[in-house]
Amino acid sequence: MANTPISVTVDQVTYEDDVEPRTLLVQYLREQLGKTGTLIGCDTTNCGACTVHLDGQSVKSCTMFAVQADGHDVTTIEGLAQDGDLHPMQQAFHEKHALQCGFCTPGMIMQSIALLQENPNPTEQEVREGLEGNLCRCTGYQNIVAAVQAAAGAGSAAGTQSEEGAA
Amino acid sequence: MTQQLDTTEIGAARGRVDARAKVTGTAPYAYEHHVDQATYGHLVLSSIARGRVTAIDATEAFAQGGVHAVVTHENAHRLADVSDGELAVLQSDRVGFRGQIVAIVVAEDPETAREAARLVQVTYDEEPHESVLDADSPDLYAPDQVNPAFETDTDEGDVEAALAEAAFTVDAVYETPVQHNSPMEPHQTVATWDHHDGRDRLVLLDSTQGVHPVRQTLAPLFALDPQQVTVEAPFVGGGFGSKGMPHANVVAAAIAAKHSGGRPVKLPLTRQQTFTLGGHRTPTVQRVRLGADADGRLDATWHEVVEHTSRVKEFAEQTAVATRLMYDSPNRRTSHRLHALDVPVASWMRAPGEAPGSFALEVAMDELAVATGVDPVELRVRNDPASDPESGHPWSQRHLVECLREGAERFGWQTGVPPRSRREGRWLVGQGVASATYPLNVMPGNEAEVEALDGGRYAVRIGAVDIGTGARTILGQIAADALGCPVGAVELSIGDTSLPFATVAGGSAGTTSWGSAIVAAARALRDEHGASPAVGAVARGVQPENPDTEQYSIHSFGAHFVEAHVDAHTGEVRVPRMVSVFSAGRIINPTTARSQLLGGMVMGLSAALHEETVIDPSGRMPNHDLAQYHVASHADIGHLEAHWLDEVDEHANPMGSKGIGEIGIVGAAAAVANATFDATGVRVRSLPLTADKLGG
Repeated sequence: MANTPISVTVDQVTYEDDVEPRTLLVQYLREQLGKTGTLIGCDTTNCGACTVHLDGQSVKSCTMFAVQADGHDVTTIEGLAQDGDLHPMQQAFHEKHALQCGFCTPGMIMQSIALLQENPNPTEQEVREGLEGNLCRCTGYQNIVAAVQAAAGAGSAAGTQSEEGAA
Repeated sequence: MTQQLDTTEIGAARGRVDARAKVTGTAPYAYEHHVDQATYGHLVLSSIARGRVTAIDATEAFAQGGVHAVVTHENAHRLADVSDGELAVLQSDRVGFRGQIVAIVVAEDPETAREAARLVQVTYDEEPHESVLDADSPDLYAPDQVNPAFETDTDEGDVEAALAEAAFTVDAVYETPVQHNSPMEPHQTVATWDHHDGRDRLVLLDSTQGVHPVRQTLAPLFALDPQQVTVEAPFVGGGFGSKGMPHANVVAAAIAAKHSGGRPVKLPLTRQQTFTLGGHRTPTVQRVRLGADADGRLDATWHEVVEHTSRVKEFAEQTAVATRLMYDSPNRRTSHRLHALDVPVASWMRAPGEAPGSFALEVAMDELAVATGVDPVELRVRNDPASDPESGHPWSQRHLVECLREGAERFGWQTGVPPRSRREGRWLVGQGVASATYPLNVMPGNEAEVEALDGGRYAVRIGAVDIGTGARTILGQIAADALGCPVGAVELSIGDTSLPFATVAGGSAGTTSWGSAIVAAARALRDEHGASPAVGAVARGVQPENPDTEQYSIHSFGAHFVEAHVDAHTGEVRVPRMVSVFSAGRIINPTTARSQLLGGMVMGLSAALHEETVIDPSGRMPNHDLAQYHVASHADIGHLEAHWLDEVDEHANPMGSKGIGEIGIVGAAAAVANATFDATGVRVRSLPLTADKLGG
């Protein structure tokens, strides 16, 4: 299968790569770039474990081809912390115990950041509806909602802007 | 009574020690490990439910390029032991269910493997099959025992005479569907064959609830000593029983790696493939008959269960077992019958037995409350037995009544309100209650090792696995108290067969079983090396037998209170509020424990509202993905509270704890069902509680 050249910036590093047209963005991130912090949970765009940001918008990376990311900025869970300092949303998930097995966590954090970009101070119900495309089977969701609201209170929206500005 | 630890770290609300790795995406699950020279496997699954593979044509698959092997029953590595029908992967041409492994493609990259798997042409000789559970089938049979080793049937007193004389009776049939554990991480394995000490060695990175159980199961299949199999599972993305014993995919990975030219094989299951290969909860049809006097005191309890099992391998879920001890009923009868079908292999799913069984019993109790006019909370209190009705043993503690009382208070339980009498706009509003119980399970044989390090630190080693429960965090707390040191001085190693033997993370048994071994090792270090051991001093401890488990009936209990709203026009159910109170012995870490309990409650709520895997007459599971097998999402959940009684069960183990992984799910679906009855006056006796059943 003929490969296609792409130029994509991932976590602030620009990669020039040849990819197969059939390669999913999530597979490119994981297999070619070794960014295995982005996980695969379902194959059908339901669980959200593979959520990343494309030009600051959340996308499920199992539902995009790598070639569609050509010329775009991708931020993964591995690009959030700066110089060892956790992103406020990562910090909130840590402090609020918003995780158990951790498999949904990277996607959940990426979607939570995107949610606060759209709605910096969501109500509990708005958090629940904004994250309903990200499944967790362990925690019962309670602490995830608490973490997102804590991050909103801690000014995560500002943190998000600097992250996207830097990307 | 077991000698209790002095607790300093135990009981402290500590954050998860692996949280930073998990929020930064740096926790390696099985597949996420980098291995050099990896190849990629993809499975080809059968498209018939029963018959034989007559031909496999891999010409097109190989024509793609990049395909190293197409492993079939004709060329697969021969296993030394094919007695386990589930694990005898590619050892014959037989097909026993739709979705069984009929070939493995090994290729240079995942896309090639998947496309090649699609191109493998399999021809079958199809035979008649049966895939749908029929509780009236003439072929039902009684298994020798039910999981793990309970009597199939029990009969105490004269249940039929008691029913005939009862002032009030309930006689109803309850149904629960096939359910899938659906941990967020699909099953995945990385397998490599190499040589070590002059012998073959199988090296596995696996998504499993027990590294030593995987070793013990796989070694004889490949005619290896257990020491020739190493298994690592540093991080596991949930299991809920589905990774409790190795399934066919793990054997497939090991076989595939025999055909990959010595290179590692990464074999992930797709989510869809987990539905037929990763185990499921059997469907149940349960007839419950209760007989009570005018005050609602039970005189007869009769619980009959029919469930399916795979013809490939028997699994008999212990659905009626908890009914044997739940309430004080002098006359009791329970039975389990199986309908063997050409379906995937059923297995453990969170609280096997108690979860589906409590749905039937606790809804039946609600029906008895309606029949007798006794308040549902009071009815349960009146039938609380002073000792274990089944064994006759005293309870170590039975605080169900306290859970019911405290839960009713916290919830704001209303008495004397008739069904379908409250409404908020278009929503009919109801309240429901159900009890929960789960036994103290102890898995024997655990060992731990403690080594004194410099600076007053200690290495603590045990092959336990943290599948998301918090074991990595709380075992450190237990070790700290056992050693009398701060938790920060403990360096805990888990999740690897190079560490001392550990049993499965399942049955709410991990903390008891592993923790007791760690306490034994710490006590051995102190006995053998004193309070200030020299650096490098090592002691091992074996989990001691606990004679109290033979003398006392040791169980956790709980009570769920649910507010349900049902749309008066569409029958849609929402659960805005759930309050549960548990009696589970000492809580080691309130932070991780609350999360475990809430997670169990939500899985029960999810079972109540959504979860149902269809097995159609063709043997297919047509809704085999998370698009169609619905699990509760954020937006399904409202206000949740998990509380527990402040207590210690000194008969249980040195920590005084009883395990919390399962109790949250037990009874939860029944509480929702009872609340929907209270809201609507419509009694639904089958899960899930979908709108069509509740009507408008």
